Amino acid sequence: MSQLRPNSYRSGPDERGHFGIFGGRFVAETLMPLILDLEKAYAEAKADPAFHAEMNGYLKNYVGRPSPLYFAERLTEHLGGAKIYLKREELNHTGSHKVNNVLGQLMVARRMGKKRIIAETGAGQHGVATATLCARFGLECFVYMGAVDVERQQPNVIRMEMLGAKVIPVQSGSRTLKDAMNEALRDWVTNVHNTFYCIGTVAGPHPYPMMVRDFQSVIGEETRKQMQETEGRLPDSLVACIGGGSNAMGLFHPFLDDPSVEMFGVEAAGHGLTQLHAASLAGGRPGVLHGNRTYLLMDDDGQIQDAHSISAGLDYPGIGPEHSWLHDVGRVKYLSATDAEALEGFQLLSRLEGIIPALEPAHAIAKVMELAPQRPKDHLMVVNLSGRGDKDVPQVGDILRGKTK
Amino acid sequence: MTIRIDARFAQLKKENRSAFVTFLMAGDPDPVTSLEVIKALPKAGADIIEIGMPFTDPMADGPSIQAAGLRALKAGMTLKKTLAMVRDFRKADDATPIVLMGYYNPIYIYGVDRFLADAKSAGVDGLIVVDLPPEEDSELCVPAMKAGLNFIRLATPTTDDKRLPAVLANTSGFVYYVSVTGITGSASADSRAVGEAVARIKRHTALPVCVGFGIRTPEAARAIAGEADGAVVGTALVDALRGSLDSSGKATVKTVTAVTELTAALAAGVRGTR
Ligand SMILES: Cc1ncc(COP(=O)(O)O)c(C=O)c1O
Repeated sequence: MSQLRPNSYRSGPDERGHFGIFGGRFVAETLMPLILDLEKAYAEAKADPAFHAEMNGYLKNYVGRPSPLYFAERLTEHLGGAKIYLKREELNHTGSHKVNNVLGQLMVARRMGKKRIIAETGAGQHGVATATLCARFGLECFVYMGAVDVERQQPNVIRMEMLGAKVIPVQSGSRTLKDAMNEALRDWVTNVHNTFYCIGTVAGPHPYPMMVRDFQSVIGEETRKQMQETEGRLPDSLVACIGGGSNAMGLFHPFLDDPSVEMFGVEAAGHGLTQLHAASLAGGRPGVLHGNRTYLLMDDDGQIQDAHSISAGLDYPGIGPEHSWLHDVGRVKYLSATDAEALEGFQLLSRLEGIIPALEPAHAIAKVMELAPQRPKDHLMVVNLSGRGDKDVPQVGDILRGKTK
Repeated sequence: MTIRIDARFAQLKKENRSAFVTFLMAGDPDPVTSLEVIKALPKAGADIIEIGMPFTDPMADGPSIQAAGLRALKAGMTLKKTLAMVRDFRKADDATPIVLMGYYNPIYIYGVDRFLADAKSAGVDGLIVVDLPPEEDSELCVPAMKAGLNFIRLATPTTDDKRLPAVLANTSGFVYYVSVTGITGSASADSRAVGEAVARIKRHTALPVCVGFGIRTPEAARAIAGEADGAVVGTALVDALRGSLDSSGKATVKTVTAVTELTAALAAGVRGTR
């Protein structure tokens, strides 16, 4: 059966938080009243010009937006095809796109009178952004982080602690992002009366996937304007890495109804798709976890499988529900890059452009290395450089010097 | 609708006492021992048996029940085997209600219609699925009712009077009041607050109200049972089971009695109430 083509790819979710069959509100009853309150508070904030004015002020003067759209001349020459632009989200305060979303959510939390903030983090970028804005707004901050990730992203752990947050290492399960999210949900169920859960990606129960997407859409909106200014037209393709999918959704969403714009999401293929990996669209199927229905890595009994990626920020067995829908309707094409390919992308961008990317967007760079040469020189390709690599320097340094595999 | 839950509460009403509801994880520490434990529960004093369906990511459970689920999964437990276990239990006991409790994903992957048919024929009476609030009733709750299984809803301290009618609308069998905002194994609520909450729920429904989360001792079971139609104990029983295992996590000769002895003590607490 062929999929029905919607009139617009930008109209979701429906009032129950569904993107096609994906999304929803699969949470314990304890949380449900709060989630309904949040939905209402967000709708009110969204309709309030003062909210946007305040947010724009912080985005400009605190985060440092707009982030540049930079023509990567040497990368373009080297690959010999499409003209490659980097959307420089790594230049944001705190070093990644995560801050766009955290700012929005914490402004909603303040409107709701919540003073205790919890977050899950993988690479630590969402944790750092949350710790940063909690410091700025005078809020208490607790960050759940898998014990494996605490090890491999030490620089960010230290940063969070300096910013006054409490980092709680999670020892359950695979001790990575999925388990951090479980523990954050357990905290939330326990402290629901005074706690706001600041989710770091376009996943979780409705309204989170929509709300996080809205806050991240500033990436795509700026890109549209900047490309118009420099090239006088729309880009031809967009490329972004996918953990839960927030940097990709932020870049893609404003372009979904422009049929000439091709989009590529890049999942983490870890050791390869036939081995341990984190590519839930390539290797998973629809299921229910962490509040939403989406593609998940699991076994035949519906037990969730451990993901693997060199990058802590992509090491998650699920993906945001709107991506699952965009995958099924075919609007966005989803590819995957292995650990080894990401390391190549990491080194290439560092050497050619003098920009050390985070391991997460290094996966996007890895696929640009394949896509760009196949395209003509007048093809405009935008890559979301979602974060900087400072946090990965110790880990990648060890790998490149052969200390670990 | 299966009648075992309604029949059991009718009988308890005649005896003028509250129900003692036990929770253990299917397949903990292995499928064979787990069946033996479950089979021994009615004689030890369990009026209703809740059986956990193991899941890798139980987001409303504390460390004890998380670990129980992982022990079961490691021992090869699956949803199919959980249903087989109920079928085996039913060979010798056609009266004690069985309620399966867990998370939606394994059921969704099994296939909702097939699961409901298999559960019904195995002798399951009710379902508690933590991550399916009334907002998602079309997923499993409504099909379960149509298939003749009780869908038992959790009400919590955050479920206010405005929301209660929606929570109760498609509930049958009994209402499970979660006495604290928190995960399984957290501290218990005091019995006075529980009494008030139960009275509040009863203003909205004629169904029996059972109370769980945080009940560990016969005294606590007695206090809670005095305020409600039933007291549910899970973590304390799971901990007793775990305490009987050898250093590699395997069952020992003490495993069944470790659970039945605590069950008997808790049941005596519940029976001493009214
Ligand atoms: C720099 C960076 N990019 C991407 C991601 C992946 O998240 P998402 O897919 O939500 O953008 C992370 C997550 O930690 C990150 O730190």
